[in-house]
Amino acid sequence: MSLSGLRPTVRRRISNVSSYVIFAAIIVVVAVQADWQLIGKNFFNMSVAQLLWPGILRAAFNTIWYTAVSFVIGLVLAVVFALMKMSRGPFRVFAVAYIELFRGMPALLTIMLMAFAVPMAFKVRFPGGSIGAGLIALVLVTSAYAAEIVRAGIQAVPKGQHEAARSLGMSQMRTTLTVILPQAFRIVIPPLTNEFVTLLKDTSLLYIAGVTVFSKELTTFGRTNASSNANSTPYIVVAVFYLIITIPLTYLVARLEKRLAVKK
Amino acid sequence: MSLTRSGDLHPRDTPVPGAPPIQLIELNKHFGELHVLKGIDLTIEKGEVVCVIGPSGSGKSTLLRSVNLLEHPSSGQILIEGIDILDPDVNLDKIRTRIGMVFQSFNLFPHMTVLRNVTVAQEKVLHRSSQQARQVARAMLERVGLSDKADAHPSQLSGGQQQRVAIARSLAMNPDMMLFDEPTSALDPELVGEVLEVMRSLAAEGMTMMVVTHEMGFAREVGKRVIFMDDGQIVEEGLPSDVLGNPQQPRTQAFLSKVL
Repeated sequence: MSLSGLRPTVRRRISNVSSYVIFAAIIVVVAVQADWQLIGKNFFNMSVAQLLWPGILRAAFNTIWYTAVSFVIGLVLAVVFALMKMSRGPFRVFAVAYIELFRGMPALLTIMLMAFAVPMAFKVRFPGGSIGAGLIALVLVTSAYAAEIVRAGIQAVPKGQHEAARSLGMSQMRTTLTVILPQAFRIVIPPLTNEFVTLLKDTSLLYIAGVTVFSKELTTFGRTNASSNANSTPYIVVAVFYLIITIPLTYLVARLEKRLAVKK
Repeated sequence: MSLTRSGDLHPRDTPVPGAPPIQLIELNKHFGELHVLKGIDLTIEKGEVVCVIGPSGSGKSTLLRSVNLLEHPSSGQILIEGIDILDPDVNLDKIRTRIGMVFQSFNLFPHMTVLRNVTVAQEKVLHRSSQQARQVARAMLERVGLSDKADAHPSQLSGGQQQRVAIARSLAMNPDMMLFDEPTSALDPELVGEVLEVMRSLAAEGMTMMVVTHEMGFAREVGKRVIFMDDGQIVEEGLPSDVLGNPQQPRTQAFLSKVL
């Protein structure tokens, strides 16, 4: 009896089960091949993991703090640049140039420029030293990306909303603040979450600016400890910490989205 | 004025006593190559209900939207209560508070409750206290028969209810005139009546109204004047009984034979 002769439900079940069997087989083969003793010693070494405590808390806090600061400032700037880009005249030109520049350069390069080149060229010292300079760079990069996200959100708000607000006598500014932005914000929550997670991971680039024991974020913390212990366990621990931050965040945003959607 | 419009009006923005609410002079509008309005002259007197009918693409919506400058005419003059609103020095936002506008697609603010939809412009534009704004809003919602929906969100309402909220939102600004842009065209047939009922009562109270509509029954019954537009021009105008009942122009006759 050929497979196509079966009922669709049966066929679907056979296809599902066989997929699981194939996945399981791959995992078993890999597991059998692997040298578990070596892996355990190198990646899941408890005595090395213990050395990370409590320093890793400081690093995790730093990661979250750097992300939060640059995201909040970056988002505010993003709204400004989005509105500028949608305006006419010199503001638009400036916003386009800004966005193209900081979206087009690698974040790492922007951090280096802000941390080394700009202070040297202009004889300035950013507050917060090298980390401060690095954070400014992250703000620049984030605001450039988020500006495009916000602009897309604003343009996704139906034109009638703008017309209704203006017909009621609201000024352009009042319309934007009261009617357009609150709706645009709801639309861009998913891409902004993406941007937030990207930024969270980009904080690992701050190491290039030079960090002290106290200003290390997770990745740098993991790297230093991995090399000082000649063991990869810190990488795994750090990876777990990133997931501990990002997965609940994704969940919370999904809930926020749902709540706002119901009210809509 | 019983309800204050706070904020001093510049003399430039003050209505001229006795001037007609709406006066359009030689209005032209081009969309690129397209000549949408071809020298329209139209005066609407206080308390008049003018229904604008015509085939789609005839320019009737563009004409209506020119009155509060949602569309900028290519040439011509627009006088609102005697004020030339194309004068760039005129405070257009102030003028617009006196012109209520109701859209085909309702355009309620979806992120706000019904009550907030009706209070927000009162507070942010007319600077009424939130208490006063709520009081006005509740009165307006009651007037359109939706007192019980104050805390609902627009998406929880039927189309007819949303349109009535939109009317309440406009009325809360104490406008001197109301513009309706095909207010019932997006509604299910059984919901048209409730909206027309509100509009009918508004007309009975003497509101100046300009209504772009496909509802010939409403035009005949409530309209004091009917304007038939085609190809960017006013082809025929007059009493509803004349224009709808005994049209003189062939184009009017052709249009009416299709819709009646």
